[in-house]
Amino acid sequence: MGNILEVQNLAKNYGDFQAVKGVSFNIEEGEIFSLLGPNGAGKTTTISMLSTLYTPTSGDATIGGYSVTKNPMAVRGVIGVVPQDLALYEDLTARENLIFWGQMYNLSGKSLNSRVDEVLEQIGLTDKARNRVKTFSGGMKRRVNIGVGLLHKPRLLFMDEPTVGIDPQSRRSILDTVKDLNKQGMTLLYTTHYMEEAQELSNRVGIIDHGEMIALGTQKELTQQVGQAETLILHVGENDDSEALAASLKGIQGVQQAEATDHEVSIVCAEAEDVLAAVVTKANDRGIKIRSIDIREPNLEAVFLHLTGRALRD
Amino acid sequence: MLKTFLIGIKDVRLAFRDRAALILMLAAPFVLTVGLGLVTGRFSGNTNNGLSDIPVIIVNLDKEQLGDALADVFTSADLADLLEPAASSDPEAARKSIDEDKAAAVVIIPAGFTRSIIPQQGDFSSNAVAVEPVKIEVYANPTRPTGAGIIKAIVDEFLSRVEEGRISGATSIVQMMMSGRISPSQAEAEGIAMGEQIQANSPSNALAIKINSSTANGEATNFDALAYIAPAMALMFLMYTVTYGGRSILAERAQGTLPRLLVSPTNSAQILGGKVFGIFLTGAAQMLILIGASSLFFQLKWGDPLGVIVLVLAAVMAATGWGMIITAIARTPSQVASVGTAIMLIFGIMGGSFISLEQMPVFIQMFSKITPNAWALDGFTTLGLGGTLNDLSTPIIALLSMGIVLFLASVALFGKKNLVQK
Ligand SMILES: Nc1ncnc2c1ncn2[C@@H]1O[C@H](COP(=O)(O)OP(=O)(O)OP(=O)(O)O)[C@@H](O)[C@H]1O
Ligand SMILES: [Mg+2]
Repeated sequence: MGNILEVQNLAKNYGDFQAVKGVSFNIEEGEIFSLLGPNGAGKTTTISMLSTLYTPTSGDATIGGYSVTKNPMAVRGVIGVVPQDLALYEDLTARENLIFWGQMYNLSGKSLNSRVDEVLEQIGLTDKARNRVKTFSGGMKRRVNIGVGLLHKPRLLFMDEPTVGIDPQSRRSILDTVKDLNKQGMTLLYTTHYMEEAQELSNRVGIIDHGEMIALGTQKELTQQVGQAETLILHVGENDDSEALAASLKGIQGVQQAEATDHEVSIVCAEAEDVLAAVVTKANDRGIKIRSIDIREPNLEAVFLHLTGRALRD
Repeated sequence: MLKTFLIGIKDVRLAFRDRAALILMLAAPFVLTVGLGLVTGRFSGNTNNGLSDIPVIIVNLDKEQLGDALADVFTSADLADLLEPAASSDPEAARKSIDEDKAAAVVIIPAGFTRSIIPQQGDFSSNAVAVEPVKIEVYANPTRPTGAGIIKAIVDEFLSRVEEGRISGATSIVQMMMSGRISPSQAEAEGIAMGEQIQANSPSNALAIKINSSTANGEATNFDALAYIAPAMALMFLMYTVTYGGRSILAERAQGTLPRLLVSPTNSAQILGGKVFGIFLTGAAQMLILIGASSLFFQLKWGDPLGVIVLVLAAVMAATGWGMIITAIARTPSQVASVGTAIMLIFGIMGGSFISLEQMPVFIQMFSKITPNAWALDGFTTLGLGGTLNDLSTPIIALLSMGIVLFLASVALFGKKNLVQK
């Protein structure tokens, strides 16, 4: 599939301060692209330019073939935006908010009503639809905030740190919603400073820091780029001799390290796929039953650390 | 267009859901109206109020039927509490007492007034009917516009009745003459009879002002003090409503809903238009609710309904202009709130909401012209005295121009500042 979004040297200055220093990237139709970066990296500023709220100082981007600088109105029809900070009318009910915003996206009449019902269902607030937003918990407000962005079924949805400051349960439900939307065919640009979210959700990741795109690619590409290896974790039974297994695994080609802890054996290797078959055979030979296998891809935190010398979250 | 409307409706809904705003929009003016009404004795049957005993000097140089009839209007029992008439035969001395602020107005009925209206013998030559009526002069005290306005309203009312009679009467006399039914010599007698008819119709019991000077059960009272207090309070808190509306523009920017609107397929003219429309609608709703409530609870007669509606809309437009300009100049919602409160009070005081403008120094009276309060209050007083929409052209034109000028200025300022970006 083609690119739904193409960004060329997009830059934004606030006065003398360069918040975004000429970033370029593409998003393919159908993927989840994460923009990962610490506070103040320039994620919101980038999204604001792409969503036609701010005029770029220089550079341009096309979305669905329309330039954000030359044809902003056309771009607005293609995109949906879920802003980082809640943007809702607290004295309106959830339903009234969705109706109003739907109208602003040119929906009306029956189709608006049924679409609002669908979205309420999707964000799990059908029961609370007639309560004012100000009576909602933080997580519920976040979900309404997301719902507003979905009303007109945008081809490309921008989500700017949609899980900041909420409880783990709401966070889980939001991440699941994101994956559902993607399965239904929506392309997403997701910004976050949580490495785990970028890892869980995205096909490709752009790491942004101080207004610059310092790394870009699939997670595997990024981690390999800094020489990180993958970790295979075998969960074995209580009575199995994990120590002995670990020792025997060290002989397999491609395995860099193998260590036993309680009921687990961790194997460090360049490519999990290359060694997996041999590892399973070895365990079978020893009569050890593997309960489950985790493949921990090397993490983006490490990539960020490697590139900047700083931790992602301070 | 549709979106402008939808945004406006949304803002009205939000305003009427905000309890604090409701208190200031509706409860406060209502309670103050009741309070001030009690102070002026409106509810105890005491007729003493801010608009009574208006000093007026009548100079009747005409001394014929119509001149006397007009002079009688001013001394009639029905208007005895409202007016404090004095007679004089010296126009110059009378004008001088205005300059010395001893009266609200002088009414000078020039010699020949009656004759210029009622045809006399020998007048019925070919062009006789075209005789221009001699003008009655109302020399008004500029420092007492309301009192002077009432005097003017009384004179206008009288003249419009005379005018009706004159046109129909004169026409019929001429027709009668032409058709040979009466001779020119009979014309004078006919004319006098017609004059008497006008006279019979014109004393105060026939004046529209009577409509307001009697209550529902026919008991004669004065110009209702509440007819001044209620609009005064409503107008003062209208200024609150428009600054509340203006503040919501900046509040929406801060709370992120304005940026969200700007990234939807809605252009900034629709958004700004919607916000202005919302302020206008909220203000109009507030005024109409207050007017409805005072009519319902106090049997207050606001006067010509069409006039009231047009005046309300014009006043709300002017006030909306003020709300917009304050918003365009301020940087934060709280700045708008504090400037708005200050302006509400200043305009309230200087616009005559508490103290009748006539008792204020001249410079304040000049200043009051920039407030929607003064113009609209002027209009409501006219309506309360029985005027109609036709008598409101000055305040309405003033209010509309004020609204348009302020709106354009604020759009220019907003354009420069840009709705979101720094
Ligand atoms: N309106 C503005 N005026 C001046 N500087 C700004 C403005 N908005 C953002 N900045 C600065 O630009 C930089 C990038 O800000 P931005 O909000 O894009 O970061 P972010 O990656 O979204 O951060 P966060 O994770 O905290 O949301 C920051 O240093 C910020 O202080
Ligand atoms: Mg941000």
